[in-house]
Amino acid sequence: MTAYLIKNVSVVGGAPTDLLIRDGVVAETGRGLDAPDAAVVDGSGLVALPGLVDLHTHLREPGREDAETVESGSRAAALGGYTAVCAMANTSPVADTAGVVEQVWRLGRQAGLVDVQPIGAVTVGLAGERLAELGAMADSPARVRIFSDDGHCVADPKLMRRALEYVKAFDGIIAQHAEEPRLTEGAQMHEGEVSTRLGLTGWPAVAEEAIIARDVLLAEHVGSRLHVCHVSTAGSVEVLRQAKARGVRVTAEVTPHHLLLTDEVVAGRGALASPGLGVDWSPTASYDPVFKVNPPLRTGTDVAALRAALAEGVIDVVATDHAPHAVEDKECEWAYARPGMLGLETALSIALDVLGPRWDLIADRMSRTPARIAGLDGHGLDPAPGVPANLTLVDPAARRVVEPAELASRSRNTPYARMTLPGRIVATFLRGEPTVLDGKAVK
Amino acid sequence: MACPPAAHPSPERQPSVKVILASADVQRVVDRIAHQILEKTQGAADTVLLGIPTRGAPLARRLAARISTFEDVDVPVGVLDITLYRDDLRRHATRAVGPTQLPPGGIDGKRVVLVDDVLFSGRTVRAALDALNDVGRPASVQLAVLVDRGHRELPIRADYVGKNIPTALAESVKVTLVETDGADEVRLCGGTR
Amino acid sequence: MIRHLLSGGDLDAGTATEILDTAAEMATVAGREVKKLPALRGRTVVNLFYEDSTRTRISFEAAAKRLSADVINFSAKGSSVTKGESLKDTALTLQAMGADAVVVRHPASGAPHRLANWLDGSVVNAGDGTHEHPTQALLDAYTMRARLGRLAGLHVAIVGDVLHSRVARSNVLLLSTLGAKVTLVGPPTLIPVDWAARAGVGSAATDADPGTDVCYDLDAVLPGVDVVMMLRVQRERMNDSYFPSAREYARRYGLDGPRLRRLPEHAIVMHPGPMNRGMEITPEVADSPRSTIVEQVANGVSVRMAVLYLLLGGNNR
Ligand SMILES: [Zn+2]
Repeated sequence: MTAYLIKNVSVVGGAPTDLLIRDGVVAETGRGLDAPDAAVVDGSGLVALPGLVDLHTHLREPGREDAETVESGSRAAALGGYTAVCAMANTSPVADTAGVVEQVWRLGRQAGLVDVQPIGAVTVGLAGERLAELGAMADSPARVRIFSDDGHCVADPKLMRRALEYVKAFDGIIAQHAEEPRLTEGAQMHEGEVSTRLGLTGWPAVAEEAIIARDVLLAEHVGSRLHVCHVSTAGSVEVLRQAKARGVRVTAEVTPHHLLLTDEVVAGRGALASPGLGVDWSPTASYDPVFKVNPPLRTGTDVAALRAALAEGVIDVVATDHAPHAVEDKECEWAYARPGMLGLETALSIALDVLGPRWDLIADRMSRTPARIAGLDGHGLDPAPGVPANLTLVDPAARRVVEPAELASRSRNTPYARMTLPGRIVATFLRGEPTVLDGKAVK
Repeated sequence: MACPPAAHPSPERQPSVKVILASADVQRVVDRIAHQILEKTQGAADTVLLGIPTRGAPLARRLAARISTFEDVDVPVGVLDITLYRDDLRRHATRAVGPTQLPPGGIDGKRVVLVDDVLFSGRTVRAALDALNDVGRPASVQLAVLVDRGHRELPIRADYVGKNIPTALAESVKVTLVETDGADEVRLCGGTR
Repeated sequence: MIRHLLSGGDLDAGTATEILDTAAEMATVAGREVKKLPALRGRTVVNLFYEDSTRTRISFEAAAKRLSADVINFSAKGSSVTKGESLKDTALTLQAMGADAVVVRHPASGAPHRLANWLDGSVVNAGDGTHEHPTQALLDAYTMRARLGRLAGLHVAIVGDVLHSRVARSNVLLLSTLGAKVTLVGPPTLIPVDWAARAGVGSAATDADPGTDVCYDLDAVLPGVDVVMMLRVQRERMNDSYFPSAREYARRYGLDGPRLRRLPEHAIVMHPGPMNRGMEITPEVADSPRSTIVEQVANGVSVRMAVLYLLLGGNNR
């Protein structure tokens, strides 16, 4: 195993120092380290972060290997600075048995680019009718702790209550895709001025907020942990703020796209909710399904509230909801397109835009907290002597123009095409082995 | 075709502008054509004047007024827009369609005199003949123009010509009328004389 | 010069007026012995219909043929479309066939906009989902202008299922461009929430949209309007709780004889068709001299001729 000596790197924004990585762990830190056997990485101007952890990744395998595989998704993750991703259960077959979660887990190990932690389905076939064998998945080698029907909401309140209670036995957590299904029948985009103008069926904010409100009350009642996926509205932020103030054990994530893009892009307008980004960017056309996602892109007011909530900590985590789709599922009519966007290779750039140089916050929202929520040992720990060497090196001064064809994902459905984004991942280490060096995937 | 006003003497190397017909000349020429029409049509019986927009339309009305003054006959006047019959539609951005107004008695069985300001390639007249064919069946069709500048591209000739003006292809003939432009005048522009 | 007609919002006042003026000239062709103009000779217009709408298709077909264009009808039924060919592949096929214009009717909002990305030729939106139907708005404006002599300053009530109506959306955009004031009337469930919120229900129009307001009370609106446009309301909407029953809908929002008599003397009644007689409109009203429903159909051909001529009559690249 090669040793690596990273010279003059800022650890989570601190003063430049050296990091010696040996035998899978950070062996030593401090200025002027010397290790003749180690490969030297120049860390000048770079920031070392604990390897990023994504709570919400769709890897599409098994079932849609044309859109993404565990391996291609793992490579995209490593290039995005991730050392662990949680793979959502909505594969085909659904990850609702110990067998499927174990298969995904093994595929992740084989790829060896990030730790792939399977998420188990809450209900059989994501059908929302009866509980999947949650305990069997928890006890499998995949050691599932997060359960989610993501893509679907666990809408039945009794079933949701039971799920929240049941997983307490193995310190599990339910990650809810909050979408009241009756309020979103046929929904195509955020319900508001733009949906009215474009004649697309609206997805009202209240359909998310009502479920989050119900779920925090249920979690409070049964004393369970609840995680809210992809929070997208200002109203949801307020519900979460109140629940947290009452001490409810709820955590929440926000996606990069909900932190930057607004529903105006569906109408072909380049309204980005960021002063620093996208001044000279606009969509090439209206009704471009690359901007179709669930929950949908919301208004500028919502985006501003989400950005503030992330900085404040009402929202705990940035999670990508990386959702690769084959070309034919996006190059079609808006209503027939599948919802979802790529996210792994661009997430840190958006976080930089939102949180700026507050590296401690970035480490918190993208690594430490998600690792804690997912119960991933060895992840989310700042580089320090004795800590597993899961880390990533960021060049915050770099700028890059997103080119869909250059992405490692098998799919091309990035909403950031032609946008100039800040920051670049220079290197990523998984247990001391580089997965990315000089900005390129090692394997 | 921009054509600088004749009133300003053009500096050297600028295209020359020459007044061919001044205001009084235009009126005299219109009178002459009115007389010729009366003569050639035996008193303008069963005759209809159809002006081709833009400037053929006021010319047709003037001719009818003069005919009425000279012989006390009311010649029906109409307007025939030829935009949709042009053979060069696709060479330009879409042209605005103008109104076509046939006189109340129609044109079937009538002697139609088409009226235009300048006869040049003959393509406008060809379009007018096609348009006429779609709106009715006249007994015969004649053509009256204020100016014939030559360079025909089709086998078409005018029955009544106000003035023949020999021109070079690079030159342009610009007709202005009181009704459309505020003054009666015919100018020859361009070339390097 | 516009290249496509996808939305009523694509037209500024000048262009819209030019279309209406051109349509007035086109209308004279219908009264001639030779109902044909050579302007689009050699041009190919494809009617690409993913929804059955014989009346709209025939209207476009007549318009294109009167301008001497070649017309190809490409119906989704019985074609490769139902076998799952994508819209993009269909677009590339039409492109290869040399389509100069594609007139598209599609159940998905925005499908014409997608098509416009993939075609070199012009795209005319003949109705997309619950989005827009701009030529319907143009023929409505033409009919109003023909009957009432003007558009600026007219007060138009659009009544019924505004939420799902592409006719309403296009009319709101076009009429406000042309200076008419629009009041949207219907049960609150069938008015988009943001329009109701923006307009301030029952109040005067706001700065955000000076030409449009919302009212839930049909009887309050009728005495002050020049035009009342009744929208088709599908009975199935009651199964989705937009209103309790067809009977209650007809009673509150249907146009019947007594309501007709509440309109000012000069006011006209419009309907884009097809009508649900007895639902949003009674036979007495539909067949009254103040109804323009038959004229609207005739005007549709003239307006579509004007649109096709505007898009294809010159070199607009
Ligand atoms: Zn989801």
